[in-house]
Formats: sequence, structure tokens, C-alpha cells
Amino acid sequence: MRDWFKPHRIMLIAVAAGLVLWAALSMRWDWIPRYWQLGVEGIWRTLWLMALSVLIGFAMAVPLGLAQAAGPRVLAVPARWFCTVIRGTPLLLQIWLIYFGLGSLFPQYPWIRTSELWPYLRQAWPYALMALSLSYAGYEGEVMRGAFKSVPHGQLEAARAYGLSRWTVLRRIWLPQALARALPTLGGETILQLKATPLVATITVIEIYAVAGRVRQDTFIIYEPLLLLAVIYMAIAGIITLGFRWLERRYTPGLG
Amino acid sequence: MKKLLLSAAALAMMVGTAQAETVRIGVAAEPYPPFSAPDAAGNWVGWEIEIIDAVCAAAELDCELTPTAWDGIIPSLVSGRIDVIMSSMSITEDRLQTIDFSDPYYNTPTVIVGQRSMEMDASPEGLAGMVIGVQVSTIHQAYAQTYFAAGSELRTYQTQDEANQDLASGRIDATQADSLALADFLGTDAGACCEVKGTVAADESILGLGVGAGVRKGDDELREALNQGIAAILADGTYDEITARYFEMSIYGN
Amino acid sequence: MDWVYQWWPGLEASVTLLSLEPPGWGGNLLRGAVNSVIIAVGAFCLGCVIGIFGALGKLSGGPVTRDLMAVYTTVVRAVPELILILILYYAGTDLLNQALRAFGYRPIEISGLAAGIGVLGVVQGAYATEVLRGAIQAVPLGQIEAARAYGMTRFQTFRRVTFPAMLPLALPGLSNLWLIATKDTALLAIVGFSELTLETRQAAGSTRAYFTFFLAAGALYLIMTLLSGRVFGWIETRFWRGQAGARS
Repeated sequence: MRDWFKPHRIMLIAVAAGLVLWAALSMRWDWIPRYWQLGVEGIWRTLWLMALSVLIGFAMAVPLGLAQAAGPRVLAVPARWFCTVIRGTPLLLQIWLIYFGLGSLFPQYPWIRTSELWPYLRQAWPYALMALSLSYAGYEGEVMRGAFKSVPHGQLEAARAYGLSRWTVLRRIWLPQALARALPTLGGETILQLKATPLVATITVIEIYAVAGRVRQDTFIIYEPLLLLAVIYMAIAGIITLGFRWLERRYTPGLG
Repeated sequence: MKKLLLSAAALAMMVGTAQAETVRIGVAAEPYPPFSAPDAAGNWVGWEIEIIDAVCAAAELDCELTPTAWDGIIPSLVSGRIDVIMSSMSITEDRLQTIDFSDPYYNTPTVIVGQRSMEMDASPEGLAGMVIGVQVSTIHQAYAQTYFAAGSELRTYQTQDEANQDLASGRIDATQADSLALADFLGTDAGACCEVKGTVAADESILGLGVGAGVRKGDDELREALNQGIAAILADGTYDEITARYFEMSIYGN
Repeated sequence: MDWVYQWWPGLEASVTLLSLEPPGWGGNLLRGAVNSVIIAVGAFCLGCVIGIFGALGKLSGGPVTRDLMAVYTTVVRAVPELILILILYYAGTDLLNQALRAFGYRPIEISGLAAGIGVLGVVQGAYATEVLRGAIQAVPLGQIEAARAYGMTRFQTFRRVTFPAMLPLALPGLSNLWLIATKDTALLAIVGFSELTLETRQAAGSTRAYFTFFLAAGALYLIMTLLSGRVFGWIETRFWRGQAGARS
């Protein structure tokens, strides 16, 4: 804490506070009362899209990593291809391919409109969630592959020598250590997932970036909504970082 | 030798002064047939592109087409990245507070196009409970948000094209846009799904007074030049000649 | 080939759409791909230059420089690239021209290409700062001490000892950064810059063959990625020659 009171820090903080004050007084913020409710809805949508896609993506990433680290070739090769394709193409293209590409197939199969899934196929968020989850799974599959491979093989051999079943070895020795090793990287990747969420605004999902876009179009103000948006994202990223740091302290005390 | 150099210098100066400063005309980077769309060779074609060429020739301006993202086209004009917006942008009071417009060069009605299988008309009651798609940053979005948002669900798309695509897929029930752009869509295979359901009630404050060329506030010299160009092509028949190639009747809309 | 077309209806139509000459849109897509590569190369190089200055600033600059660099890297790594691109694209040229006008010069025109490279380069610079800082810190201290003992100035030490030793250590991070650069060019489609993703969207919008064109664009990006992986692998092998220390 003492670091914050060094003279150069105090001067920089004063300059920053001055900038914020100048921005607050001289820029136009009269649009906030009209749009803050829409903004809160947008932040909520950003948060749950990010959280849910991280959970689903991670659930897919563990088997993908395991298949590449220890699986038979018939599983490892498709997993490798999946991760390569996801990591080799832009997320924006993947989102558009899933939303508009699948959408362009609907007219050819008229029975889709009468099926049970139609209310979900009509809306945009299932496609956004699917694209974000697949993207996270692709990147984390690669991370988990490295994590599984980095657990010392001797531990696994010793466990098998003790007669533990393969499933027990995975559950009690391999997976927990792989997770602990992957945790620092996962924090960074989750922030990257947060930064990927604005792209779904291009397929009509109204998250916080789309709300800022709406404010910009209604009021013709160019910079202020974008600046506030940047501050909001920085705040969310800060919370995520703190959360992961707490997780690391709790679950990886002795790994070094 | 000296004479040669002197005359070369004089020629260079004449060429230099005769060359007008390039006027960058901003058009939307997203296709908007039949007004402006890229073709397979990468050139821009369409009614509006030909009108731009004709107006520039009549006003003796050296124009350069600059595709810009539609939802950033006004900031691009204001920040000086482009000099004119000629991209089917309607003249509305809101926009007049930020930029100036030339005289209008076309004006067409706004219609609702919806699924053939569904009953609806172009009023808030007729569209209650439906999902309507509109393009962002357009008068149609503003109109739909004012009149239809209470009773229907609105979805905003980056381009009218994508809204048409979702209409064909069945994800949205109706879309509101310019009648000619939608007529072009209805003529395609994908457009067989849908039909025109009606013209929306007029509201000049939102729908505007026709389509004009946008210029920066205070750029009167360019605005006058464009007005002269537009008047010239209306007078000498170039406008009608270009329009006849794309549409069946005049779209000047006076 | 006709039997393939008969067995898979629709393939012939797709192949016609993708052909290189009009009425096929393949030529447009390739032009967009070339633009994407140009922007990615420009942004990557600019990012590396910013990264070297940033890393040196963080390691041997004064406390103020270090804090400013920390602010720069934190902001760029926390704010989505899309928003940074929008802010820098519109604000960047605006501020530059206002500053030029204030000093009495004529405002300059910044082409879309230069603006795209500048914006992505600034974003890449923050990540490059971290990568290069880590690489410089990983150079064995003994080599630098030996160089100083020989009487080399700081600049000579950097040019002859630190920089060559740091390069192979930085390569994995830099190759990752290159891949990020090629994929971030897709975001410029949102500001209307004519690279591969925008050309794909235009082609798909005009012909309604969304699936075909997005798959084709995906294939082009994948080829770029796989080729880059090969090239970086070759560079890594070449740079590790003559370097002490175990390869990880």
C-alpha cells in the first residue's frame, strides 16, 4: 500500500483525477438518465453471455484436452482439428457463419418452423452463446492439452501401480493438478472472452456495446458513450482478475 | 534549354492548378441494391452510383468513391475522413443539427414487407406481437422505435441485407425499409417468402424530406456545387435516363 | 468433375460463385485477403516497434515511465479491441488533425489503410510490450554482466547481446501475436475497411450464398494461419542455432 503514496504516484493520480473531472464537466453526459436502464440490461446480458459461454466452453475443453493428451488417435485427431480451426479463424467470421450461414439453410427445410426448437432458433442469443462457447472450447482445449501433459507422468504411473482405476487416477490426481496448472492462463482467457462479447452485437444481441451503439445513433454523440463503455469493460475485467487471483490463492498454494 | 525548362514549369503549374481537389464521396460499405452495391469485379454499381458520377461531372468536381461503414458515416464526415455523404441518407431534423444537406435527389415511400403467411398491415395495431427487423442508424429504426416498439419486438441489423436474409429465414416477421430497396429484394428467389403489406403512416419529422447529399456544417461552397449539379442533371434529362434503366417510374418524388 | 457435380447438387453453383473471374466473387475475396495480410504485417511491425520501446521503458525507465506504460498495457488489455478500434479510428485522426491545425499546419489525409495499421499497431503494441519484457528479462544475467565488464555501453549491450539473445525467447509469444494480428484485421470490417471479412459479407449479401462465402473466407484464414505456423517454426529453428540454454 505504501507504493501508492510515493510522490510520483500521487502526482500521476492527481493528473488522472484532473482528467476525469475535466471529462465529467466538459463532455456531454445528458444522455445517461435516458439510457441507464437499457445500459443495465446490456451489462447483465454481457455478463451472463460471458459466464455461461465460459462454463459451457470449459466443460467441452476438458474432454478436448484429454483426448489430445491421452486419447486414441480416432479421438485425438478430430479434437486437434477442431482446436486448429477455431484458433485459426476470426471469431467474427465464426459468429456470422453460425448465425447467417445456418439461417440461410432454414428456407430449404420448411418443417423447421413447426418444430419445438423454433422459438429458440428464431432468436439470436442461442447462436451467440454457441459461437462464444465453441470459441472458448477451442482455445481452452489447447490450454488443457498443455496442462494435462505438464503433470509429471511419474505420478500417474505410481497411481496406476497402486491399482487405482484409470477413472480414479483422472478424477483424483490428473485433473485437479491440470486444473491448478491451467488456472493462471484461464484468468487471462476469461478476460479475452469478455473482450469477445461485443462482437455478438452484429447479430442483433443487445448487450452493452449495442446499447452504446444505440446511444451514439440516437444522439449523434461520438466519443462519450465509447469512453463510458471502455470504463465499464475495465471495471468488469478488474473484477474478473481479482476473482481469479482469489481462486489461485485458494486452490494452488503449494504448486509454485 | 532555359526556354524548355520555363515552358515545362509553366505547363506543370497549369496542370497543378487545373486539377481540382479530390472530393471524397462516402457511400455505405454495405450493399444496398439497387442503389449501390459492389459487383463481382469489386466495382460499385447502382442507380445512386450513376447519379453520383453524373452530378460530379455536371458540377465539374473530381470525385472519389470512398466506401465507409454505414453506422460510422456521419462521424467520418464530421472528422474529415470524407467530404460528402451520398448514400441514400434522408434529410431529417435530427441529422440537420449535426450536418448540412443538399437539395433532395429522390424521395420514395417507406413500406412494411412481411411473411406471406402472416396477416399484418403497416400500423402499430397491425404489427402488434410481431418481430420487426430494421437497419441501424436509419430513419426506419427511428420510426419503428417511436411507433412500433411498444407493441412489437424490434431487431436491429447492421445492413438491410441481413434483415432481408433473416426475413427469408423466418426469424423475423416483417421489415420496414425503402420501397425500392425492398422491391429489389422481393424480385429475388429469397424474396418469394414475402410481400408488401402496406405503406407506413407519414411522419416527416422522422422519415424526412427525401434523400439528399450530406456535407459538413458550413461547407456551403460544396453544397452549392452539389445543388447545381443535381439541378443540371434534372434539367438536361440525365436523371430520367439513369432512372429509366433501373425503375419504371420517376423517383424524384416531388 | 461432372460426376461430382451430379452427385452433390449445389456444388457447381458454389464453385461458380467462388471463381476468380466475374461473375465469380473469388477475385474480390483474394483482394480482400491481400489487404488483410498487408494490414496484419503493418500492424505487427508497428506493434513490435512500440513493444520494444515499451519493454525498455518498463524495465529501465523512471518510475513515471513505468507507471504510464503500465496504464497503457492495462487499458489495452482490458478494453475490447472493437471499442479501441472505434475510438482510435475516429478520435485518432480527429485529434491529429486538430493538433496539426493548432500548430498551423494543414490537416493531412490519413488513408484507411494507414489508420487501420495504426490502430491495430497500438493494440498489438501493448501485448508486444509484455512479450518482449518477459523475453528480455529471461536473457541470462551473466551475459549482460559480461558485456558490461567488457566496457560496452548500454546501447551496444542491447544491440549485440540482449537483442539477439532475446529473439528466440520472444518467438513463441510473437508468433501468437502475429496470429492475433491476422484475426483482428477482421474487426476492421466493422469500420468498413475493405479486407477479407468485409468482402465476404458484401459477396454473401449480394448473392445470398452466406454459407459458401463464409466457409471460403474461413478456409483462407486457416491457410494463412497454417502457413504462418510453418514459417514461425522455421524461424524458431534457425534462431536457436548458436544460443546457449535448453529449448523448452
